[in-house]
Amino acid sequence: MKQVFLIIAIVALSNSLFAQSEKYKAAMKNNISMLDSMMSKRNAGELANNFERIGDAEKTQWLPYYYASYTTLMNGFTEPDKSKTDAIADKAEQLINKAESILGKENSETDVIKSMIASAHMMVDPQSRYMQYGPASSGNIDKAIQLDPTNPRPVYLQGQAKFYTPPAFGGGKDQAKVLFEKSIAMFDKFKPETDLSPNWGKNSAQYFLAMCK
Amino acid sequence: MGPKLYFLLFMIPLGVFGQTKISGRITDTKNKELRGISITLKNTYDGGTSDSLGYYRISTSEKGEQILEITSSGYKAIEQKITLNGQPLTINFSLKEEISELKAVVITAGSFEAGDQKKGTVLSSLDVVTTASANADITAALKTLPGTQQVGESEGLFVRGGTANESKIFIDGTLVNNFYFSSEPGLAQRGRFNPFLFKGTVFSAGGYSALFGQALSSALILESIDLPDLSSASLGISYLGLSGGLQHLSKNKRASWGFSYSYTDLSLAFKLIKQKPDYYNIPVLHDLDANFRIKTSKTGMIKYYGTFGTTNVGFRYADIDSLNMKDAFTLKNINMYHNLSWKEKIGTGLKMIAGVSYSTNKDDINNEFQNADNVKQNPNNFYSFKNFHVTTHGNYANAKLVIEKKLKGLNMIRFGSEYNYSKDNSDFTGNSGSIIATQSVKENLFSGFAETDLYLTNDIAAKIGGRVEHSALLEKWDVAPRISLAYKFRDNSQLSVAYGIFYQDPERKYLPTPNMLTFSNSTHYILQYQKVANSRIFRTEVFYKKYHDLFKTSNYNGQELAVNNNGYGDAKGIELFFRDKKTIKNFDYWVSYSYLDTKRDFLTYPNAIEPPFAAKHTASLVMKKFITNIKTGFNLSYSYATGRPYYNIRYDNNATQYKIYDQGRTKDFNTMSFSLNYLPNLGKKNAKVFSVFVFSVNNILGANNIYSYNYSYDGRYKQPVTPPSRRFFYLGCFLSFGIDRTQDAINNNL
Repeated sequence: MKQVFLIIAIVALSNSLFAQSEKYKAAMKNNISMLDSMMSKRNAGELANNFERIGDAEKTQWLPYYYASYTTLMNGFTEPDKSKTDAIADKAEQLINKAESILGKENSETDVIKSMIASAHMMVDPQSRYMQYGPASSGNIDKAIQLDPTNPRPVYLQGQAKFYTPPAFGGGKDQAKVLFEKSIAMFDKFKPETDLSPNWGKNSAQYFLAMCK
Repeated sequence: MGPKLYFLLFMIPLGVFGQTKISGRITDTKNKELRGISITLKNTYDGGTSDSLGYYRISTSEKGEQILEITSSGYKAIEQKITLNGQPLTINFSLKEEISELKAVVITAGSFEAGDQKKGTVLSSLDVVTTASANADITAALKTLPGTQQVGESEGLFVRGGTANESKIFIDGTLVNNFYFSSEPGLAQRGRFNPFLFKGTVFSAGGYSALFGQALSSALILESIDLPDLSSASLGISYLGLSGGLQHLSKNKRASWGFSYSYTDLSLAFKLIKQKPDYYNIPVLHDLDANFRIKTSKTGMIKYYGTFGTTNVGFRYADIDSLNMKDAFTLKNINMYHNLSWKEKIGTGLKMIAGVSYSTNKDDINNEFQNADNVKQNPNNFYSFKNFHVTTHGNYANAKLVIEKKLKGLNMIRFGSEYNYSKDNSDFTGNSGSIIATQSVKENLFSGFAETDLYLTNDIAAKIGGRVEHSALLEKWDVAPRISLAYKFRDNSQLSVAYGIFYQDPERKYLPTPNMLTFSNSTHYILQYQKVANSRIFRTEVFYKKYHDLFKTSNYNGQELAVNNNGYGDAKGIELFFRDKKTIKNFDYWVSYSYLDTKRDFLTYPNAIEPPFAAKHTASLVMKKFITNIKTGFNLSYSYATGRPYYNIRYDNNATQYKIYDQGRTKDFNTMSFSLNYLPNLGKKNAKVFSVFVFSVNNILGANNIYSYNYSYDGRYKQPVTPPSRRFFYLGCFLSFGIDRTQDAINNNL
């Protein structure tokens, strides 16, 4: 009888552990699948909350916080009141810092987010903030490329930066187009580490590329 | 164990018993819906986000006792125990706002802030250099804000009916004694400090903090920049001179040093632009500055900044007392300034801000009475006083220590002390060639102050402080209370009020005094309404300022000296400011208007009169447009002021008192200035040089402005005081050579 209890206990425990990680994957997949439509559905803020909740419950996974930071930023870009942008970017920074501390280091993907955070701060008042946030924005893209030369996202962000910079300032659609094309070629080759790892950006790159023509 | 049992065990964690639905509404304490708030079933993935009406919905497979929690930044965290058993639950939440820097009201009564970081700032640092009329002079840019006068015949900020001497300037907490270049008759001088040295500026037109004192009207508080982002070299070329500098950032980015030198020679400018005074020594200036900055910890920093400069200028102008004679004025100046400051965290929530500054200023002034052929005359008559030589030598030391203790929430107390030492020596040599007066005025001023920031809610804040000062010169104590409050309305607009008493020593040029004097003082009452929304700022301020114990002066052996504190006065007015960066794309403008009603009795005034440095109505319009295609910024500014009164006040020997013999009002003042900044390398990532070309014209419309009138000694003649030239233009180019490795790295990777 003792043995039966032991078996029941072991089975129950392993099942719940197995189920826990299955549950994690399922929840992550479900939320990740909604990333593509978050801009049209305007539910990036809701996704950010979902990811943060998963991160808080898991405590040892960096990806939920990574996605929470990313979606927080995307939600920030839809905020029309510029005076709120700094607070949103600060929140995104807290989340990416949590992701990095769980990860124990920075990686190419977290640097991509850090570059986007600096850009968000800069966009509040580009003329007077360029000197302060410009180097952080481009410097983190640069680090992202160094840490993973196959990562298409920093290249896509470079394209986006060129796209929004007037030709007179060394930007413009012609230069952006080259970078978007380069990033799309890289997206085609890019193999995410796991099926939960970051793999966003290709649709946006294609969208921008279409606008460059 | 049969397979059935195993199957059952497997199913338990997946929640075979179905879902529980929880829903409700999230509001603030005023029952206003809150959108986008995250609500979580603690330690699970389950939760929801409130919609635009504040409603949330959660459906969960969890069972039993659980905790529903909301942790949203800006609101106090809230938890509620619930029992999940499949029955739908309706739970509403009312969130209490947390007092946070982001949401809390900012006390702004009386002050304008310029900076790039803090909220509630009205101008950015860049605005100071892109205001057309400013010519990169900090105080000139501030003259486009309400509260300031368009005084052009002498330097300084004349604020709300106060003299320039009533405005004090502080760099990194300590007083700056000679902020401007030394005075020349009828010519306003620029500030000595480059606007790019400062990252933050607070211009207070009244009601300023207890941390500062000895200014009856206004305080300009400047905060110097921290470590540079990268090492760089710079070069400036203009038709007025040359400048060059170097900034070096250490490899670990924890320390930097730098220096710069500038040489100004106005020969070419005066050849191109006719000057009214006849210059025999065309102004030549040498200015050297040096700095270092050391990061001592995560938040600690030591900063040093010092300048050394010399000026040499000499010009002749028509002598007003004798129709065909001239006065020849020569000024040689040597000025040195050192400022060392240290900020450090010294415990939990405890911060120390310490600063010392030392400066010396030497003016050598020679005045000669010359005939039409520029030959010195040695008259034995009345005119003999026109030949004189004055040397003044000032030594100034200031020290300040502030301890800041953070309390619960945003509440804070600050306290500390300040010491100001000054010693002014002067030697006066008359027509005879021998020294006839040697004077020395020494002051040791000790101050102690304390101030607290109190936040009752995000909507109500107060700053309550006080200052005690002791002057060794006057042998007097003073106690100066300062209070300001701010209240934020639901639409985020805010109302601030400020009250304070301010004391000040007599101006040095009216000392030494033959009598016992006390501090002059003023009491400020300020009421302000401000609304900031989406790149638009509107603010209006009403103020009343009462002056007591102003200095009266009298003639002692040819010198005007302070004799008593019987002066008084008041100033009241209303000011408006509106800035809009939004309505027209890439176009930024601000408008300011000041109404001022002031009268005072001080110096030799026979009674309370409208002082000659105060115009009733003053207005400015500043416009900026950057056209990206041609990388050029166009800036235009226009200032207008109604005429100022002028007087001929002389001593009436019969009545043995001062009397107004003549008076009038100047015509209205107006000036339009234009500037253009061309940045050819903007956005070129591989550019090794970043260059800025600046072209500016002051008074493009060529308005014939008259600042005031001077009278001859007997009042028979009066002469207008005008700008030295009708227009002035500037053309220059600044190059900076950034040594920036990140840019190279990017280019290599592309």
